[in-house]
Amino acid sequence: MSQSAESMDSAILGGAGRRRFSLDNRYIAPLFITFILVVGHLGYGILESYEKTGVAIMVAIVAELVLGRIFFGKWVNLASAYISGISCGILVRSPALWPFALASLLSIMSKYVLRVKGRHLWNPSNFGICALLFLAPETVAALSVQWGNFKWPLIVIWTLGSIIIYRAKRAHISATYVASFFAFAFLRSYITGDSWWAEVAPITGPMYQLFVFFMITDPKTTVKSKKWQCIVVFFVAFVEMLLRLNHVVHAPLYALFLVGPTAMLIEIWLESRRPVVLQESNAT
Amino acid sequence: MTGGKVAKVILIVVFVALLAAPVVFKRLAARREAANTVRDTASALARYGFYLEEVGQTSSAKFTHQVPTLDKQLDHIMPQVASMGAGVSVVDFDRDGWPDIYVTNSGEGSKNALFRNMTDGSFKDVAADLGIADVNQAGTGVSMGAIWGDYDNDGYEDLFLYKWGKPELFHNDAGQKFSRVTDKAELPEWVNANTAVWFDYDRDGRLDLFLGGYYAEDVNLWHLSTTKMMPESFEYAQNGGRKYLFRNLGDGSFEEISQKVGIETRRWALAAVAADLRGTGNTDLFIANDYGISELFFNDGKQFREVGKDTGVGFSPKSGMNASIGDILNQGRYSIYVSNISEEGVLIQGNNLWVPREGTTGDALRYDNLARAMDVEIGGWSFGAQFGDLNNDGTLDLYLVNGYISANRDLNYWYDFSKIAGGNSTIISDAAHWPAMDGRSLSGYQQKKVWLNDGAGKFVDVAQAVGASDLYDGRAVALVDLWNRGVLDVVIANQKGPLLIYKNNVTPENKWIEFELEGSASNRSAIGAEVRLFWNGRQQVQQVSGGSGFCSQNQRRLHFGLGKNPQLEKAEIRWPSGKVETIEKLSIGQTYKIKESA
Repeated sequence: MSQSAESMDSAILGGAGRRRFSLDNRYIAPLFITFILVVGHLGYGILESYEKTGVAIMVAIVAELVLGRIFFGKWVNLASAYISGISCGILVRSPALWPFALASLLSIMSKYVLRVKGRHLWNPSNFGICALLFLAPETVAALSVQWGNFKWPLIVIWTLGSIIIYRAKRAHISATYVASFFAFAFLRSYITGDSWWAEVAPITGPMYQLFVFFMITDPKTTVKSKKWQCIVVFFVAFVEMLLRLNHVVHAPLYALFLVGPTAMLIEIWLESRRPVVLQESNAT
Repeated sequence: MTGGKVAKVILIVVFVALLAAPVVFKRLAARREAANTVRDTASALARYGFYLEEVGQTSSAKFTHQVPTLDKQLDHIMPQVASMGAGVSVVDFDRDGWPDIYVTNSGEGSKNALFRNMTDGSFKDVAADLGIADVNQAGTGVSMGAIWGDYDNDGYEDLFLYKWGKPELFHNDAGQKFSRVTDKAELPEWVNANTAVWFDYDRDGRLDLFLGGYYAEDVNLWHLSTTKMMPESFEYAQNGGRKYLFRNLGDGSFEEISQKVGIETRRWALAAVAADLRGTGNTDLFIANDYGISELFFNDGKQFREVGKDTGVGFSPKSGMNASIGDILNQGRYSIYVSNISEEGVLIQGNNLWVPREGTTGDALRYDNLARAMDVEIGGWSFGAQFGDLNNDGTLDLYLVNGYISANRDLNYWYDFSKIAGGNSTIISDAAHWPAMDGRSLSGYQQKKVWLNDGAGKFVDVAQAVGASDLYDGRAVALVDLWNRGVLDVVIANQKGPLLIYKNNVTPENKWIEFELEGSASNRSAIGAEVRLFWNGRQQVQQVSGGSGFCSQNQRRLHFGLGKNPQLEKAEIRWPSGKVETIEKLSIGQTYKIKESA
């Protein structure tokens, strides 16, 4: 198993971010998401229980430790697993305990199983949560309404998140997605006849804060070029619009689930052709 | 094959197995459920000890609830706003020993009904003759529910009617007619209320009245000054109606004292129940709120204090729509059941069963939500629920109705609902921003739950097996021994649907005993009085309630199932006045009429 098995859920932990920041700065993302969790819980009680979130985090960490040791031959950095676990702990909504454990476990395992040419395809927590939404909808829902519906938490989280994502040089991804979402909201409003406010309402909610800052920016499951990152995330928003027009409740999660790996596969396929072209070029 | 490859293969197998696990478990559970579903009454009687037979639609108690037509600005979401108002309460208004049924209606100009029990299985609507039918006239608001209590201790139950509109109090004139005494009682001009409870908060022997607002009281839903009247948040809203506590002054008037005694909240109350949860003798007050956390007010005799977070019931916000209590574990303590919303794949709040934690009492009382552990968690878009021993086996069962809006079966509003519900407060609070419903259903056509208590910490849903097969949008449930047979029948008020009366048929092997209490030093309705029954080395406590569930009130008579071959030991009666009386030498199959000793 290659080095890239040690994937990160967050921009700040990998790629350019890792080179740019000192070791301590690598933990900005985990700290930020922990901040969201703590503030959200103390202010609004977003967690149904500490137990469930704790289980999600612990399962992700233990799975990462064990699988990393087996397939990677060393104790891997746990920041990624922590983010996957805490994302599952926040985003999964279920009265039962097992979905939190299963979502975390599937998230981490997906990085080791669903791989093509040494790269994994799905954002881990996106995969884990979508899998449960598909397979156990009677027990599981995704976070949608917690955090209250008030402006100050929204402003604080979006401001801090924007600063952090900007420093990690991934702000173009989030910005492209947000701009695309608003544009498609206009289009949806035109098509459906519903109020534009109703169409933009979801992005003012809590799930999108995690989605915009943590899921779509994951360096290990986004394509490499900056331009194509923007194009891919535009397509995420586009597919989300199509799903929304078909009344799919978890449209953003499913859109990323569909578009992200597709883009990755195309990039991997294109990269696999490149050496041949080089040889021909050299021959020429 | 190398070690690495073997490990990879094992990893893939485990991964696939984990993905398949939820589906496999779901199928196994479905098989178990199918095995539990018997189809004929004889099998249901043998297996569960009872079956239900719907007789309301074929009886003379025919009634169909009508909904109001509110301000035109709400037209696009009218089914959602006009989604409540079907209430049912039980009363023996004429003291003939046979319980009668009062049902609320909500169309402008529609009539409420008082079905007098004719004792032979038939009913007669006497509401119009007695003056309590025509209470939904345009401009006065429409009924949401009703509770009965003898506020002047004259021996006849009086009627308090709460509405989205002007609340009304009717004095029962010896069962012959009702007189409107609202003005003398000095009730407020307009309250958008969905819950009210009679209880004697200060134990002065006179019933006081709690009234809980849902929409703010300055909102007239027929003449909106603004469309910004929706909740500011789906789970943290505090822009609902205020709460009232009317202290009974004993001369037919009431003093509003909610602020003075510490009940100040603007959460969106949908249900309340009052009970002595700590054994102090004072009646505490539990409020289930929509769009937020539940609230629990401990009553220190003269003052209330909110202890929801301290006790554990007031932290995780949901969509509380029911508050009912029952001693489900036969341990002499009340658990509280709160209904919420669960919709597959969209919103799984789960209902709450707040069970008092072992070893906690008094002010240190703590609750744990055991709804999941006891299998009473998922009930769809749940509304009213009541505890009662449906099969007389000695443990309290739970009847839950559900279903929000049953419209077009093929079209679903959930996507739009979830879209707006997560939005910022400026968006969600304005009805103008809500997408049009366009005839779509929202958690409609749902199967009801009849959860049978196995006495060992688990409930099993037997609704389909015992005949509770209707799919109406259920709102209120009341349990009552309608024909004095020693069984609990079930009366259900459905939104925009018929009144259902499920006649209960219980195996004669299971025995019963009932208590009908009348206060003297305590309020004459004996609301708040408790009977603690001891038999076969176990006990169960029940309380006379002045309103519980959702927009409903059970019979005042207390019904205990005893199981097979019971050996009765004693009954302890604790009156609101503080007096305790013990009755020994009890017989099974009897209704004991007990008056508080002077």
